[in-house]
Amino acid sequence: MVLWRVPFDSEEIQTTIGIVHILEDRCKGCGFCIEFCPRQVLEFSTRFNTKGYHPPLVIKPDGCVNCHYCEIICPEFAIYSVEDPTADQQAAAPETEAT
Amino acid sequence: MTSTKKQIAHPLDDLLRTDRIPHIWCPGCGIGTAFASCLTAMKASGIDLKKTVMVSGIGCTARGAGYVMLDSYHATHGRAIPFATGLKLANPELNVVVFSGDGDLFAIGGNHFIHGARRNVDITVVCVNNLNYGMTGGQVAATTPLNFKTTTTPAGNPDGPFNLPLMAYASGATYVSRWTILHTRDMTESIKDALLNRGFAFVEILSPCPVNFGRRNKESALDSLRLYQEKTIIKNDAHPTELDIDFDRGVILGKFVDIERPTCIDRYDSTCRPPELFNEEKAA
Amino acid sequence: MRPAVLTGEHFMTGDVACAEGALAAGCLFFGGYPITPATEIAEHISGRLPEVGGTFIQMEDEIAAMASIVGASCAGVKSMTATSGPGLSLMLENIGLAICTETPCVVVDVQRAGPSTGLPTQGAQGDMMQARWGSHGHYEIIALAPASPQELFYQTIDAFNLSETYRVPVLIMTDEMIGHLSERVVIPEAKAIHTVSRPRARGRKDRFKPFEPGPNGVAPMAIAGEGYRVHITGLTHDERGYPDMTVEGQEVMMDRIVGKIRNNLEHIIQTESYRLDDAEIVIVSYGVSSRTSLAAVDEAREQGIKVGFLRLITVWPFPEEKIRELAARVKGFVTVEINLGQIHLEVERSARGQAPCVLVGHAGGTIITPERVLNVLKESF
Repeated sequence: MVLWRVPFDSEEIQTTIGIVHILEDRCKGCGFCIEFCPRQVLEFSTRFNTKGYHPPLVIKPDGCVNCHYCEIICPEFAIYSVEDPTADQQAAAPETEAT
Repeated sequence: MTSTKKQIAHPLDDLLRTDRIPHIWCPGCGIGTAFASCLTAMKASGIDLKKTVMVSGIGCTARGAGYVMLDSYHATHGRAIPFATGLKLANPELNVVVFSGDGDLFAIGGNHFIHGARRNVDITVVCVNNLNYGMTGGQVAATTPLNFKTTTTPAGNPDGPFNLPLMAYASGATYVSRWTILHTRDMTESIKDALLNRGFAFVEILSPCPVNFGRRNKESALDSLRLYQEKTIIKNDAHPTELDIDFDRGVILGKFVDIERPTCIDRYDSTCRPPELFNEEKAA
Repeated sequence: MRPAVLTGEHFMTGDVACAEGALAAGCLFFGGYPITPATEIAEHISGRLPEVGGTFIQMEDEIAAMASIVGASCAGVKSMTATSGPGLSLMLENIGLAICTETPCVVVDVQRAGPSTGLPTQGAQGDMMQARWGSHGHYEIIALAPASPQELFYQTIDAFNLSETYRVPVLIMTDEMIGHLSERVVIPEAKAIHTVSRPRARGRKDRFKPFEPGPNGVAPMAIAGEGYRVHITGLTHDERGYPDMTVEGQEVMMDRIVGKIRNNLEHIIQTESYRLDDAEIVIVSYGVSSRTSLAAVDEAREQGIKVGFLRLITVWPFPEEKIRELAARVKGFVTVEINLGQIHLEVERSARGQAPCVLVGHAGGTIITPERVLNVLKESF
């Protein structure tokens, strides 16, 4: 999401960092998680799973904000996210048009 | 960071028969999403899962009963609601959830839906509406919109579809809502409310059927989801008469009915089991 | 609350006796729909069930009625419905569901003349083959035929016991004559009535297999809400209850569903013999036609003809062995039934050509007279 100005409290707000877990062999390559991830963290991998589908791949490992949308939109119980307990919570700053 | 180890468990695995996953639903089918949402709602509602049972008829959505790790009954086509009525009346402590499709619940099962709602049997009916009969290959259903192509209407559907929330409202349901699988959190919250509603609760969920319906109407699964994103409007408390499905005009989503009235068992107990009979026995 | 067992001497119709028999057996759920001549069963039981802590519901059609009793049984409650020919035709699919899911329940068919709407207020015995083969696919089922209101009382209890023991729907094939006949019915003390309940699941809840047969071929049943979390489906399934869409799976499931009845025939089949020891001609009959047959036997004996009577109490499974044994030593069989030859075909089949078989049938709507039976008997033999 691109913002048109930097919020005044952007230094104080902590954005959650998440870790995406993928159960590759359950994936059927529908693309919902890839299409609707708000941070465009996922892409189709070039790998095949055992059923011949391309499961998703996390291309922006630090971009996940643990919103769980991939988890809830996935029809296959094949993907979910958890909060990263180790990450520095201030690391993810919002993208703005100025930057 | 990603983890792709085979041993990891999905948060909903404790409510799934994981030995039967991956399930049979097609890539891009929304039933899995609606089903996952139903499981999440069951957990969030706090109801006793040991006493929660899922009943279904026949069809793609109805296969859900085979994947849930609860007492589940995969009955005959269209007859999930009377089966559920028998279960509930025999053991009122059971939380009975009917998870079935639009053809099963409203065509062959239409009469049973009407009477279940009329009686206000305390069950929750989750209907995944994919606008056709998916399991058998994509035939026209009572919910197929006008002019759409199906295998039994190759020239386009000449009949108009039902307005499901209107039918539920007219029959006496105490909770009526409609969501799409894209509106996942609203859908989950709504199923949770439906589970906790005392009475006949109905949730309609619009879902893509990419292989048997979408393919014949040039609509991929992602096309359907984009349609849900762009051509729907949330209007809680809209009157059920406004709710017919027309994607050109825009489909209304939301919660339309949320009331309470005496359930089937409440009335049976107060009318047919008069307390005098019990007092008579106590006195004797 | 009034007791479930109304001990004492009564003058009641067959329909009412049936309802009282169900209550005596422990029935606590009736899902019904009105149809002549079975309506009185629903009417009577609708008032009695709440008195004994049970529940009655009149559903929107017979299909729903049958579905509701299968559901109630899955929740652990003994359940029943009652109907006539047209209703039985509607119930067949869900009877199939009960057969495949091995759910105990009792279905009473108070037969009337068919086909279709037929003669709604006049009895017949034309649904006998439908009882056996009406639902699609191959299966075994149990069907009883009472010959009086008193017997209808006891057979309803037997029907529940058989249903619970073998986890199979049991049909009571009575008819409008018995259903609407008022006769003396003696109801014994509750402690004299033997009732059976389904074998129940025990043991670890996470390892329970809902269709793993016990020693007599019947699997113990898990009730909804106990924590066994079973999956019950009408699809061909394996011992875990999971759909098994293979030919082997079908064979195994069928072996169990059919085997549990066929391997227990000696415990299930009941017949009654009258003057059979030295009989040269055997009348075979059931239900209301038994009364005709008894009178015919006595009259024939008066005239010096050595006739005996084999009454079928259990019509399905059919007592093939009994007929085969008799066929070896008698001159012939006469089947008396109010239809144009249904059980007659079974008698003929079981006799295997060893003795000729004759039918005294009727299109339906009235009882067969003993005189007619005697005339046919004399003409044929």
